[in-house]
Amino acid sequence: MSVSTIWVLAEEVDGNVSSITLEMLAKARELADTVECVFGGDASGIAATLGAHGATRVHATGDLGDSLQGVPVAAAVAAAVAAGNGPDALFLGTTYDGRDIAGRLSAKIDAPVITNVVDVSERDGKLLGIEPVFGGTLNVGTRFTSDRPQILLIRPKSFAAAEAGGGPAEVVDLAVPDTGATGTAKLLKRHTEEREGPALDDADIVVSGGRGLGEADKYAMIESLAKLLNGAAGASRAIVDAGWVPFSHQVGQTGKVVKPSVYIAAGISGATQHLVGMKGSKNIIAINKDPEAPIFSVADLGVVGDLHKVLPKLIEALESR
Amino acid sequence: MNVVVCVKQIPDPADPGALDPDTKTLKRDTKLILDESDSYGVEMALQLVDAAGGGEVTLVSMAPNNEVGGIRTALAMGAAKAILVSDDALQGSDALGTAKVLAAAIGRAEGTDLVITGTESTDGYTGTVPQQVAELLGLPSITFANHIEIGDGKAAVHRQTEHGYDECEVPLPAVVSVTAGVVEPRYPSFKGIMAAKSKPVDELGIADLGIDAAQVGWAGAGQEIVEIEPEPEREAGEIVEDEGDAHERIVAFLDELKVL
Repeated sequence: MSVSTIWVLAEEVDGNVSSITLEMLAKARELADTVECVFGGDASGIAATLGAHGATRVHATGDLGDSLQGVPVAAAVAAAVAAGNGPDALFLGTTYDGRDIAGRLSAKIDAPVITNVVDVSERDGKLLGIEPVFGGTLNVGTRFTSDRPQILLIRPKSFAAAEAGGGPAEVVDLAVPDTGATGTAKLLKRHTEEREGPALDDADIVVSGGRGLGEADKYAMIESLAKLLNGAAGASRAIVDAGWVPFSHQVGQTGKVVKPSVYIAAGISGATQHLVGMKGSKNIIAINKDPEAPIFSVADLGVVGDLHKVLPKLIEALESR
Repeated sequence: MNVVVCVKQIPDPADPGALDPDTKTLKRDTKLILDESDSYGVEMALQLVDAAGGGEVTLVSMAPNNEVGGIRTALAMGAAKAILVSDDALQGSDALGTAKVLAAAIGRAEGTDLVITGTESTDGYTGTVPQQVAELLGLPSITFANHIEIGDGKAAVHRQTEHGYDECEVPLPAVVSVTAGVVEPRYPSFKGIMAAKSKPVDELGIADLGIDAAQVGWAGAGQEIVEIEPEPEREAGEIVEDEGDAHERIVAFLDELKVL
């Protein structure tokens, strides 16, 4: 038996279909004859984009009110599976809601999840997911063996999005069954930070700072340099945990995966946690005092030096151009 | 206020891990320590019990060979007791198999108001266990919490999002997974370390929990590791020592890339 139907979780960011959704659609089209989407909400505004990227239908729950996505969307998909209308496989992005839905669904329908997937192929009728471990030094290939629907959590930027030229996806109702006590968590209010310049995961240039900055105020240098280069400012987990910058700037395993044309790492030693999130960048420039820092092993240009001397001069040189 | 915290004991990340060539899973034959990602949950639980003015923190862990290295650290921080599930049949368990064991073990702790977990372990990092545990226990959950307050039988939680946070609320009992930013974990005191040695650790096998061996371990995983390939390394780049002019080399490099 081969994989003939794949459902892709559609997610929305600021009213637009998220990049990871479109990336997954492109890969799903390579693997299955029928590619459809699942969406927790009203899909009328996104059906055209999903269709253009190859989804023929979108199974939408309709407005979820003040409920979080995980429980109702998983319950709705589980009900479709139980009724015999489910897919052979389900792709979800490694996002907050993607993980919630995958975890809930997995337990509900007693099906395994392959996580942190950066590539998918079919082998002997089942899907095989590639997952990087040990900071991306090894790639582990895991293949499904059970007859349950195959759930994969896919890392952003693993595939290139591509339009397929289809018309709008047909929106079909996906009924949410009663979720009882599990569905009682409520979303009361969203708080969104103001952002200037390009988004971290879309920027062509990313400038990140780490513990080597020494103190929180010095992060301003990272922001100035990012602004001069029309890029985005990133950060290592160390200075996010220390409270110097908000989590939305974090690059790494637990933060954003970035693949810009140029990545500049200043005062970042290069823990595997960080490397996993940025080693796919086309060109990497690293500035660090310690010549032994692991970040130099992935750098195209490594500067062994004090960032407090190098960055001000670099900023000045760029300002004068 | 009784809080259960799920803790994972892992090989020290500072001592690079390896895959067992025969089983293709992480080697766990070294001494295990408390996963740093779980120390935040332990601290959060201790603070919540403290704020409530009563109750206790119970740890739940699954580990090979009745390993207690990491559990002792969390007991030394102030947790009252632990439930440890250890069984040869658990080798090869995937995230769902692990969640089944943890959920059954959590069921052994009485009067639980809140279950706290990390968002993902440092070594396996599937990030799905908290939601799987919640579903198996029939409880609501909020994941990626970076702030928790308890009151009126509810937890008020800030859930981290891509660009900020969502203010959420959940009636207790519930499962909440916490991020590394939620609180600063305390260091165990000498007194705490001494006290931890005599705190009760309830050691159980899967039969004690009524779990069928076919549901966990290799048998229950529903997936198999079929290949392990090293990632091609990046070609070594140019390394320069800053003599006061390194910024010029960086500008020249950016010029070559035509990004200025």
